[in-house]
Parts: sequence; structure tokens; C-alpha cells
Amino acid sequence: MIAQVGHDPLDLTLAACAIWLVLAAASLALSRRPRALRALFVGGSAGSFLFLTAGLRALFAPASHMTLPFGLPQLAFHLHLDPLAAVFVVLFGFTSVAISLFAAGYLRHEPTAHVARMAGQYHLLLAAIGLVLLADDAYVFLVAWETMAWSSYLLIISDDHMVQARRAGLLYLVTEHMGAIALMLAFGILQSATHAGLAGYAFPVMRATTLTPEMASTVFALGLFGFGAKAGFLPLHAWLPEAHPVAPSPVSALLSGVLLKLGIYGLLLVTLELLHAPLWWWGIVMLVLGLTTALFGAIYSAAQNDMKRLLSYSSIENIGLILAGIGLTVLFEAYHMASLAALALMATLYHTLNHAVFKSLLFLGTGSILHATAERNLGRLGGLIHRMPWVAALLLIGSFAAAGVPPFNGFVSEWLLLQSFLGATSFPQPYLNMAVPLGAAAVVLVAGLAAYVMVKFYGISFLGQPREPALKAAEDAGPHERTGLLLLAAGCLFLGLFPAWTVDLFRPAVAQLIGPAAAQDTLAGNVFSCRLHAATQADYRPLVVLGALALVSATLVFLLRRLAPAPLRRTDAWNGGHEARTARMQDTAEGFGQPIRHVFASFFRMQIERPAAAETTPVYASRIEDPLWYAIYLPIVRSVSRLSEWVALLRRRRIAIYLLYAFATLVILLVLTP
Amino acid sequence: MPLFAQITNMLAALFLLVGFAMLAQRRIVHLINLYALQGGILALSIVTVGYGTHQESLYLSAALNGLLKVIIIPAILYRLVRRLGLVWDRENLLRVPTLLLAGLVLNIFAFNAALPIAHLAGTINHDTFGIALASVLLSLLMMIVRTTALTQVLGFLSLENGIIFAATSVTYGMPMMIELGIALDVIVGVFILGVFFFHIRDEFDSLDLQRFDRHEE
Repeated sequence: MIAQVGHDPLDLTLAACAIWLVLAAASLALSRRPRALRALFVGGSAGSFLFLTAGLRALFAPASHMTLPFGLPQLAFHLHLDPLAAVFVVLFGFTSVAISLFAAGYLRHEPTAHVARMAGQYHLLLAAIGLVLLADDAYVFLVAWETMAWSSYLLIISDDHMVQARRAGLLYLVTEHMGAIALMLAFGILQSATHAGLAGYAFPVMRATTLTPEMASTVFALGLFGFGAKAGFLPLHAWLPEAHPVAPSPVSALLSGVLLKLGIYGLLLVTLELLHAPLWWWGIVMLVLGLTTALFGAIYSAAQNDMKRLLSYSSIENIGLILAGIGLTVLFEAYHMASLAALALMATLYHTLNHAVFKSLLFLGTGSILHATAERNLGRLGGLIHRMPWVAALLLIGSFAAAGVPPFNGFVSEWLLLQSFLGATSFPQPYLNMAVPLGAAAVVLVAGLAAYVMVKFYGISFLGQPREPALKAAEDAGPHERTGLLLLAAGCLFLGLFPAWTVDLFRPAVAQLIGPAAAQDTLAGNVFSCRLHAATQADYRPLVVLGALALVSATLVFLLRRLAPAPLRRTDAWNGGHEARTARMQDTAEGFGQPIRHVFASFFRMQIERPAAAETTPVYASRIEDPLWYAIYLPIVRSVSRLSEWVALLRRRRIAIYLLYAFATLVILLVLTP
Repeated sequence: MPLFAQITNMLAALFLLVGFAMLAQRRIVHLINLYALQGGILALSIVTVGYGTHQESLYLSAALNGLLKVIIIPAILYRLVRRLGLVWDRENLLRVPTLLLAGLVLNIFAFNAALPIAHLAGTINHDTFGIALASVLLSLLMMIVRTTALTQVLGFLSLENGIIFAATSVTYGMPMMIELGIALDVIVGVFILGVFFFHIRDEFDSLDLQRFDRHEE
């Protein structure tokens, strides 16, 4: 038995899930022992490591399947581990190793009862995520999916004395449930098309069935809605900026890094794997939706002053780019342009992995800041680089990655995405040939805004002088937290510096979804360079870029030191070379975001409070609200309450009336009988 | 037409007539008498059907129904009436002539609605299904228009009579287990309702439903 466990990656992943479940159970027994509880998280990260190694092995192994000896009558549970799932297994395994380690340190200041509750819910969530990836029939998938939804809901509201947390949790739960209903319908249609009864719920059976275009489009629309609710596409994004700030930071990292990606996994699974013959307009829908989401996220994140809100809008932006990548893949696939489809899919998967790594890093970093300063508002931070050098250095890497600066990982995937947009010039429809490359412009705009956002995030919080006296007492992160951050930062560097090795991780998945020939053909390379295509010249050499950057900066520093007319004067960065007398003279988060608020004013729903001229303590504040909240969510709420008022009219609070209803129903049914 | 079928038809007609009488009667003691009479007619009609079709199990059902509906439940209800001091029902929501006219309309409707179902049934007394359905509807009507809790319970009990009657006419009665179950439910229900009546009266000083409609909030 033991010897057998070593052989199949699927067994390893199941072992990891079992470890997490045991840890979740153990948290109940250890609920009064804080040290042991924190050790559970270290154990959880060992489980994640097992999961990660299994994923890496599964990438290069043929897909393995397993049927569990239990399940529903006539429907045993099916599990699998194919290359597509393995990509997400690796993503989840790697980020959760770091997140669990970080959590082990992060939770040391929390009350023990709180930690005990979180330890149980957290490990349950990990096991549920694992099972979502391993599921090979719709039943297991949905059970794991819903377990994931409610265990993450519990984690979001773990600060349940805060009314915002409860409200955000409810919004999340409702959105997820709407999504889950759509998914049930989608899987139901797929199952009924197989004409195989209960066995039709298994994914391989669905895969072997071809649906009529109308049916397939319905499934696609339902899937886009259902997985969009998880991933946060417009207009289902509303829960993201509410839930991320109130959740504890390791949970935000897991939400943004992994849970959103499961929406992407599900979308890939349904559109490219189960429906396997996509229609071209699906691609257009996803492309437009993706780019809109990306632009929306980028603009809104630039206007935020709460650091976790800022990062969650930035997650919306990245999810938008990923969705646009999927749209492009589907578009190419529908026109049988396999090598471009493979390129776009690789860019998509690459960006998915990148975003998981750097966004987890950034969210965990905000957790360290939050613990050290008890402050989420960027306007009250500043100068943390001196107090928290470790966190500052590691978050700098994360910020570069998120900003898409070479030679970090964000650049590689954005470059690949741009290349696949620019390659789209040979569609049989001339309109597409003209319109799709325009998407490249949108991607560039989004990338630029993302860089702006990261400058704001990093500059305001770490550079300059502390804006509040309390910040001087801030302490750097502890060893566990540092290890977690370090792992993720190392991941950012690796993914950025060795793209040719990274794309090899995605090749089996691309071969599975697009075709082996196209997968082999796209993106050749070695340690030093990554070529788009065996035949083209376009390539990217990150080590050369790194060398050149190092050389240029060394020369600049040298020249400045030698040629400077006056002796060097050191001031805090962020102050434009001037000595700021007080912290209030520095550029603020509000001030830095002002140009964006001005340029994109028509996108915002904004309220500005300007101080009166004579005020002695002037306060300037702007409040930015989501117009979609007013345009979509509130009308839905209003119509539901109007409907319930109508229903309330039926309730007349008289027993005779209720009896009359029963009587009338009986009579009507009798009339209808013949 | 064999004699016992004619007897069944006559009993069915009497059953319906008692239903109308209950609809019109406002003195509670008489209402209980009528209920006991209806139970007796039901038991007799089951015996007749049992005799005509040679099904011994129907005798047991008849005995059970007779015992319960002619003796036990009326006895409990009499006791309740005495202890609660109820004599008259309050005003109906509709006046008695209007009520009887509405009952007539319901009767015509029920006979027409029952026709297709009655044709499906292979029983010798399937013609009486319309009558059973009509008395079910009459009982529902009675529950709607009465305003005290006890008369509503009587309406409910007579509804149950109608259902048993319908079952006998379409399928020679329900399986024994179900019939026993229903009998037990009814008797337990009556006991519980008796207890509730006292509580309701203590709480509201009345068994008038119109009063505690207003307290429902």
C-alpha cells in the first residue's frame, strides 16, 4: 500500500487532502493550545508541498483516473489528474505552501479561540480546493465547489463582530450561490445531452458528447456566469473589493491567489475541455468582457486608498486580462488557428500562475503591514522601508511583478499576451482582423495603469516619512511570515527569469486542450531565451535584460557619484529629492491618485469633500463608489423587495382567507383535471 | 341494480344531506350530533360495500370508523362543549341561505369534476364518488365560513369523513395500515385540539377566531 502511494500522483494529492482534513479535525481537539494550533498551519503547508510535488509529477505523466469505491447509487465518485488540472494543482500547491507558513506566524497575535476556528475552516477550504481540482464528475465537482464556497465564507467573516465583514460575507455567499445554480444547470444540460443517465455526470462521458450549437452556447453562457461569479468578472465583481479587505490577510491571499483562479480553471474546463468545439462569438464575448473588466479594475484600483481594496481591484484587472486571454484562445481555436491558440493559452496560463504568486505575495505583505501598524489606509502609512526592511524588499519584488516590469514575471505573461493579440491578423473576417489587435492597445493601457497603481501602493506605504507617529514602532515580520514571503518572491523571480522552463510546465496542458503539435511548436527556448515560435525572431532574454539593467544602473550610480557638483545629500525617497520638513508635506495617496480621478472622472461615481477656506483643520476626502452597484445590484434588490410586497398582499392575516386559498386551489385543480 | 347498491346510493345521499345540514346548523351541540350521524352513515355504507364485495377487511374498517366517529370523538366534543360553555356558534361570514346556494353550486361542480375519475374506478359504487367529493368541498366551505375554533374542527373532521367515503367509493377503502394511521391521527388531533382550546380561551377569553386574527402579528 505504502509502496503504491509513491507511484501515482493522484494518490499523493489524495493523501494531501486527507492530511488537511485530519488537520481540520485536529483543530477541534487543540482548541485551547495556541502553539499547537499554529503548528497545524505548518503541517498544512507540508500537505501543500505534497500536493505541489504531485502536481509537478502529474504534469509530465499521462492523465490518471480513479473511481472511488463509494458515492451515489449508480454514480461512484470519479477523480482524475490530467495536465490541465495539474497546472492548477501546482499553482495551488505552491501558493498555499507559502500562505500556510505565513499564517503560522501571522496568527500568533490572534485570540486562541479565533485561531482554532480559522485553523479548522482553513484546512477544510484547502481540502475542498484540492477536491475541486481532482473532481472528474459533476457531482464531486459541485460538492467540493460548494464546500469551498461556504468554508471560504466562514473565513471571510472570521472577524464577525465587524458589520462590514458580515455584509461582505453575505454578498460573497449570495454571489457564489447564484453562480453555483448556474453551474448546476450547465452540468445538468451537459449530462442530459449524453443520454447516459447518471453515468453522464462523469466528465469523460460529457467530453465524448457533442452538443448542438444552441445547447453548447447555453452551457457556455451558464458556465461563464457561474465561474465568473467565482473569478469576479464584470458585473459579478462586487464581492471582491468588499470581501478582501475584511478577510484576514492569509485568507485574502488565498482568495485572490487561488480561489479566483479556480473560476478560470472551471471556465477552461467547460469551454475548451467539455464543450471542445467552441464557437467564435464566445471568444468575442470573453474578449470584450475581459478587457472591460481589466480596464475597470485598473482604473478603480488607481483610485483606492485602502491598500487591500486597491489590491483587490488590481485582482479584478488581472482576472480581466486572463479572461481576455481565454477569449483569444477560444477565438483562435474556433478558426482552427492552432499555433496562435496555443500561444494565447500559454500566455493565459502563465498570467494565471504569475498573478497567483505575486498577488498572494502582495496580500500577505499587507497582512504584515496591518499587523505592524494596525492600519489599512495608505494615507496613514509611509516610511515603512526603514522599520520593515524584509517586508519592504520582498514586496518591492511583488510590486515590480504586478507592475509588469522586466525581468520580473508579470512582464513575461503580458508580453506573451500582447504577442498573441498582435498575431491575430489572419482571421477570415476582416472586422476581426482590424478589431482584435486593438485589444493589444487596451492591454497596454491596463499594464500602464497597473504600474501606476503599484507605484502608488509601494511608494505611499514604504517610502517617504511615516505619516503617523505610531508607525515608528512598527516591527518587521517574524520568521514564519518572512519564509512565506520569501518563497513567493523567489517564485516571482524564477517565473520571470526562466520563462522557457516555465512554459514547459504548461505544454502538456496546452497539448491537452489545443493539440500536441501546436503545443510543441509554440515558444521554444532555453535558459537564456524564450522564442515565440521556432521560426520567428521575436524572443525575450530575461537574463540579458537583467544584466543590462544591472549594468546601466551601476554606470548611472558611478557617474552620479563622480560627476555630482555638490556632496551627496540623502533624503527619503518619494519626496522628489527635497527634504520634507513634516510628513504632511509629502504627496499623499489622494494626491497621487488625483490625475487618474481627473482623467477617468466619467467612469467614477465620486463624492468629494473640500474643506472650507477658513477651516483650521482642513480635511480633504473623496469617496469613490462603484457605478455598477447602483446600475445593477440596487435595482435587483429593489425589484425583489417590490415583488415580496406583492406577495405580502396575499397574506391577509385571516384564517378564513388561508382556508379559502386551499379551497380555491382544490377547485382549480379539479377544474383542470380532465 | 342489486339491492345493496341501491342501499349504498341511498346512504351516500343521506351522507350528503347531513353535510348540507352541518353547513346550515349553528347550534354546536346539534352540529356534533350531525357529525356523529354522518360517522354512522359512513360506517353503515362501508359495511354495505363490504357485504356486496365480500371484503372482510372493510368490516374492520367500518367498526373502527363507527367506534371512533359515532362514540369516542362526539363524546370528547360533548365534554369540551360542556366545560367551555359553548352553545351557539357566532355569526357565519355568509348567511345560511347564501351558504346553501353556494353549496348547491359546489355540488354541481363536484359531480361534473368527479365524472372522469369515477369512470376510471372499477368499483361497484363508483357513482358515489361525486357525492364524496361534494361533501369534501362542503366541509371545506364550512371551515371557511365558520368563526369559532370548535366549528372549524368539526368542519375538519367532517372533511376527513368525506375523504374516507371517497376512498371507499373509488378503491374499496385505503390499505388497512393507512386507515389505522388516519384514525389514530384524528383521535390524537382531537385530544390536542381539546387541550389547545383551553389554552386559547385562557389567552383570549374566547374561541372566536376573528379575535385572534388580530393578534397574529
